[in-house]
Amino acid sequence: MEKRVIFKQKLLPYFLIAPQIIITLVFFIWPAGQAVYQSVLQEDAFGLSRNFVGLENFVYIFTDETYLNSIYVTMIFSLSVAIIAMSVSLLLATMADRVIKGATTYKTLIIWPYAVAPAVAGVLWYFLFNPTVGIVASYLKLYGYEWNHSLNGGQAMFLVIITAAWREISYNFLFFLAGLQAIPKPFIEAAAIDGASPLKRFWTITFPLLSPTTFFLLVMNVVYAFFDTFGVIHVITDGGPNYATNIMVFKVYHDGFLSLDLGGSAAQSVILMIIVISLTVVQFRYIERKVYY
Amino acid sequence: MADVSLKNVYKMFGKTEVIHGISCDIKDGEFIVILGPSGCGKSTLLRMVAGLEVITKGDIAINGTIVNKLEPSDRDVAMVFQNYALYPHMTVFNNMAYGLKIRKMPKAEIKKRVSEAAKILEITEFLDRKPRQLSGGQRQRVAMGRCIVREPKIFLFDEPLSNLDAKLRVQMRLEIRKLQEDLKITSIYVTHDQIEAMTLGDRMIVMDNGYAVQIGTPLEVYEQPATKFVAGFIGSPAMNFLPAGLSADGKQVELHGGICLPIQNKGVPDHGAREIILGIRPEHFVLTEPETATLHLNMDHIEILGSDTLVYGHLGQDKTQLILRLPAVYHFKRNTILHLIVSSKNLHFFDKESKKRLKC
Amino acid sequence: MVEHRPWLTFLTHAILISGMVLLVIPIYVTFVASSHTLEEITSNFSLLPGSHLIENYKSALSVGPRDVGATVGTMMLNSLIMALGITFGKIFISLLAAYAIVYFKFRFRMFFFWLIFITLMLPIEVRILPTYKVAADLKMLDSYSGLIFPLIASATATFLFRQFFMTVPDELCEAVKIDGGGPIRFFFDILLPMSRTSIAALFVILFIYGWNQYLWPLLITTDENYYTLLIGIKRMLDVGEGQAEWQIIMAATILAMIPPVLIVIFMQKQFVKGMTETEK
Repeated sequence: MEKRVIFKQKLLPYFLIAPQIIITLVFFIWPAGQAVYQSVLQEDAFGLSRNFVGLENFVYIFTDETYLNSIYVTMIFSLSVAIIAMSVSLLLATMADRVIKGATTYKTLIIWPYAVAPAVAGVLWYFLFNPTVGIVASYLKLYGYEWNHSLNGGQAMFLVIITAAWREISYNFLFFLAGLQAIPKPFIEAAAIDGASPLKRFWTITFPLLSPTTFFLLVMNVVYAFFDTFGVIHVITDGGPNYATNIMVFKVYHDGFLSLDLGGSAAQSVILMIIVISLTVVQFRYIERKVYY
Repeated sequence: MADVSLKNVYKMFGKTEVIHGISCDIKDGEFIVILGPSGCGKSTLLRMVAGLEVITKGDIAINGTIVNKLEPSDRDVAMVFQNYALYPHMTVFNNMAYGLKIRKMPKAEIKKRVSEAAKILEITEFLDRKPRQLSGGQRQRVAMGRCIVREPKIFLFDEPLSNLDAKLRVQMRLEIRKLQEDLKITSIYVTHDQIEAMTLGDRMIVMDNGYAVQIGTPLEVYEQPATKFVAGFIGSPAMNFLPAGLSADGKQVELHGGICLPIQNKGVPDHGAREIILGIRPEHFVLTEPETATLHLNMDHIEILGSDTLVYGHLGQDKTQLILRLPAVYHFKRNTILHLIVSSKNLHFFDKESKKRLKC
Repeated sequence: MVEHRPWLTFLTHAILISGMVLLVIPIYVTFVASSHTLEEITSNFSLLPGSHLIENYKSALSVGPRDVGATVGTMMLNSLIMALGITFGKIFISLLAAYAIVYFKFRFRMFFFWLIFITLMLPIEVRILPTYKVAADLKMLDSYSGLIFPLIASATATFLFRQFFMTVPDELCEAVKIDGGGPIRFFFDILLPMSRTSIAALFVILFIYGWNQYLWPLLITTDENYYTLLIGIKRMLDVGEGQAEWQIIMAATILAMIPPVLIVIFMQKQFVKGMTETEK
């Protein structure tokens, strides 16, 4: 934490750190504080009246059907995205760890979807599944399956999950591969000499040794699904049909900017803040323990 | 060209005092070595001269001017660090030129100084290379080159040879000495290696736990160590220590088991009947006939070095092990009795409690 | 792997290739679509590239879509300015802040450190409304500063630099002091050049982050001339009853993907380094 060498100047460090602190205060701390403050008020869109209502906003949203629905939707969404993205990427990483020929090519081609913005991923998959021009939709129609995710809630959910997971596979792949390559070969070789089959070796040796990475990615994937997927929802479904894909972060945007329900949106923001902070704390606690691992 | 004067220098880290009142006057052109074990404070003392550590109490003066409050760059000193501290992304030339560039020296002058220094140190062919392309010894020379071009008042060395292998260390030792003699710049050199201290310094400061235990020429420190610590620290193999007592008249040293060693001339009547620690260096034992011998050693084992022989043994029933260095090759068998004599001028007496040398 | 079973190797490659195909197909289809005319897309879509590639891209860049008042070219420029602004902005202020925290002792040092740390826990999505209000109050709507400034305080970059600075040997700093340099010299002559690889790695990560911004530009720009590329694409899709200009949309989408993908491919080493180090 401390370096032995320091410079004696007393004023200079303040100037150095000022830009970051100013931006942090103006655009992070102050707005966050405002969100908390607004969540206990009820004001109209023009700010003409303002009443302190305590936790009323919170009570209201927790009894609001659409909010409870969005919590439910978010949970399904994030768990599905995490599970799909992690299992597929783990499979690919395990395979990639084994090959020597073409390893770099595979790695490059599997990593690049991470460079694609979630919103753009939304466009890509939307195009594939578009009821009018999408080729996948057409193929499904050939087999007698009507695809229209703007009418069918389940299909909409399916589509956004696939889209979100698609991108996250690259991210997970990178970390799983690094984690696998960090496992010392002697562990695996010892198990092989002991007679364990490749599959058995994987589940009894590799996977447990990978658990710090797995846990880390689980948290990151959930955070991603909660927050970074706004673009996916906004592009493909706009939260619909009929709130089927109305994840929490989308609802905050919708209620705040479109419905101009400031108190409710602020309350929702505070809930999201609590979730993010808990996830971050969990992450750090676990990382602390990992150091002794 | 400068003299350095340390007057009662103290250093505290937080509430702990680590340097306790050190005073020393270093003459212009002198090469002084600060010697001591790890953690004794020698590097801290050096860094206080450099200006990298704040002086808690006392004064350090260069050429009569007190420099306590001066920044390192204002003290006109140059330093060779233990790990050389070469700027990794700069060429050797730029590493050496950096200090001069900061001082706004004209380019032609910089070029001249760097080339001359490079010639002296034989690193001219490396001027365009980066530090990572050089070996340890080469990097060390670049570090010295960086100091030479500055033409400072004082050279400071912080254990510069400790990262080199043994052979290189010997070679570099000679080069440093020669360089200093040619350039005649006042130098302060910190090391834990007593051979470096003995061979490089005009004088040395021996430090232990923040105290300057003895200041003197290498030979003074070797032949008249001020404390048991200094006596044991300098000299390899280390001096032998035996608990003993002085006879009432001060003419004899009495060891356990009734062995008596005579003391020459008038003896030490001032310290009669005193409990002491007796010190004898390994090389001061002389083989002799059984009749004239005062010590009879039971040999335990032997190490033949080629030029000398190290003999390990014990006296009589006493389990204290003694080490002897005999200047030839011997093949003694285990449990041989060796008959030895020691000249009384080679006996060192230290007070049992204070461990200080007794004045004779 | 340990055993040498050929069928296992075959299976491994098979899985990897299927994985790759799965990840690449949406992009390929989009690329193909961007080379056909609108009629070709809506009626009989083939999986082979068409012949209207240049035409579509030219049209998108210079004329732009029918329903959006700015060209794709303008929007790309906006995205670029935003991305570069965020990248350089974050790197700049994080370098300074990390330097202050590591190499100086000053009152409130730890307080500021924790203040910066807190921002890790506050992604923009949890503070959109109030941040919008602040930006509006500062007259930053529909401007480049509005696109850039609210996003440039970054704890991750600061921590990365701090971590790196802690590994720089103390002796280098002391050597500079003895050579006669002060903190400014040390920063520019020594620390900055040594930080090159970290800066490159961050550059890759931050550029992608900045280029791919969606929610914040959506809120802060209503003037079409300030639309970023991603927002523009979404607007093009929102045609309601009318016909979406798929060929332009697909061309724009491919253009939106090119810069980040190129960076990941050609600066893969820095990208991987940046990813793994910022997540610690």
